[in-house]
Amino acid sequence: MSAPQFADHLDLRLQVNGVDRQLTGVDARVTLLDLLREHLDLTGAKKGCNHGECGACTVLLDGRRVNGCMVLAATADGHEVVSVEGLASGEQLHAVQRAFIDHDAFQCGFCTPGQVISAVACITEGHTGDEDEIREWMSGNICRCSSYPQIVEAVKAAAAAGNNPAPS
Amino acid sequence: MRPFAYARAATLDDALEAARDAGTVVLAGGTELLNWLRLGIAAPDRVLDITRIDGLDRIEQLAGGGLRIGALVRLNDVAADERVARDWPVLREAIHKSASAQLRNLATIGANLLQRTRCAYFRSEEPVPCNRRAPGSGCAARNGHDDRHALFGWTEECIATQPSDPAVALAALDARIVTRSAGGGRRIPVTEFHVLPADGVDRDTVLEPGELIEAIELDRPAPRSAYVKVRERESYEYALASAAATVELGEGGRIESARIALGSVAMRPWRLTEAEHRITRLAPVDPAVSAALDAALAQARPVPGSAYKLAIARGAARRALMTAAGVPS
Repeated sequence: MSAPQFADHLDLRLQVNGVDRQLTGVDARVTLLDLLREHLDLTGAKKGCNHGECGACTVLLDGRRVNGCMVLAATADGHEVVSVEGLASGEQLHAVQRAFIDHDAFQCGFCTPGQVISAVACITEGHTGDEDEIREWMSGNICRCSSYPQIVEAVKAAAAAGNNPAPS
Repeated sequence: MRPFAYARAATLDDALEAARDAGTVVLAGGTELLNWLRLGIAAPDRVLDITRIDGLDRIEQLAGGGLRIGALVRLNDVAADERVARDWPVLREAIHKSASAQLRNLATIGANLLQRTRCAYFRSEEPVPCNRRAPGSGCAARNGHDDRHALFGWTEECIATQPSDPAVALAALDARIVTRSAGGGRRIPVTEFHVLPADGVDRDTVLEPGELIEAIELDRPAPRSAYVKVRERESYEYALASAAATVELGEGGRIESARIALGSVAMRPWRLTEAEHRITRLAPVDPAVSAALDAALAQARPVPGSAYKLAIARGAARRALMTAAGVPS
């Protein structure tokens, strides 16, 4: 038995979009979303509500979609994170990104990084059987421009194409 | 957010020791705690991360056909478990109707029961009267917006409701909460876990300081069970009212036993025990079944703005019961 060692600033090491990142002296209050945006300059994941209500901050944590604003960065220490910046290979967009463009699945684009990450996970999970299932399993991503029909079309098309490489 | 210090517990014993400290809060999925920290609902000196404790994230078969679900199993993983899907569909449905896919990947089954009320005054960023936030300050909802509030068991001190969907399913299943504390541990029926306002608004559950949830135990399978949630939009929304039902059918399809719990109508899942007794040995479609549900809801004492929820709760209970019994509705 060993007493937990409490600290208000922490050294963290995590894999972000396949790259080993080390950070020193991170405030214990920093969320995974703020770590990405403010410490690693990865501003793809958006801060919409900062309360877990809008999904604009969705990222993959060990391959599973989560709200970046609801995760303390400290808890992600030693884990793998993929944000929207990690989807494309060079200039080659991920199939889901391509599908969003092909189906006009956005207007202002603020929610799009979260939608795209969520869609990648939704397809990997196999929750794309029909439109109702896609709508249900994509409901954690709010689109105030209401591009929902196009988003559903994009997810459906990307799922049907069967080309949804797991990002690393 | 006020400054705090963070640490990870390696073992449950380490966590129990550290959690005894009044200034320490425990972090599991974080989907509630982070918002409490932002809103000032919690202002701890220390946050203890228990998510890396070994062994609390497993689902194990119990002798006699039951199931033991570790406190740290993520909601989506509980729902995805084949045994849960087959034998306790009410729990799977309640989970799938909770929150969003992203939040369910974080939220844990143990801490889900510790969700606090969604009453907007309790969650307010500005100081408003709320006896749970500031003891003795009053209840702004009592003469304010009271349209998401209680039908049963409220007092002038608090008219709020408990919002968890899984808790309603677990109440209908007579699940038990296995806890650990430095002094040992105990099993608490889910139906007795949440504290009604009449017994004080200074705490939401009977958990003692330093007492942690270790697992949830389910009894024998309840394959005939269902969860109905009524809300203002189809997905990703809290319930206006919900209902969980389990039935066992006997000869001629008559109800041998039934359990019905309502959600979002009180500060705990509300079992309709009297109605459960009245409907045994009846065919599900017998008008006396509806009459028993009517009688149960007639005992409600809704706050004025939430009286409309009576019809919703009654409909949810009936639909959950019929779905569980396999009767097309």
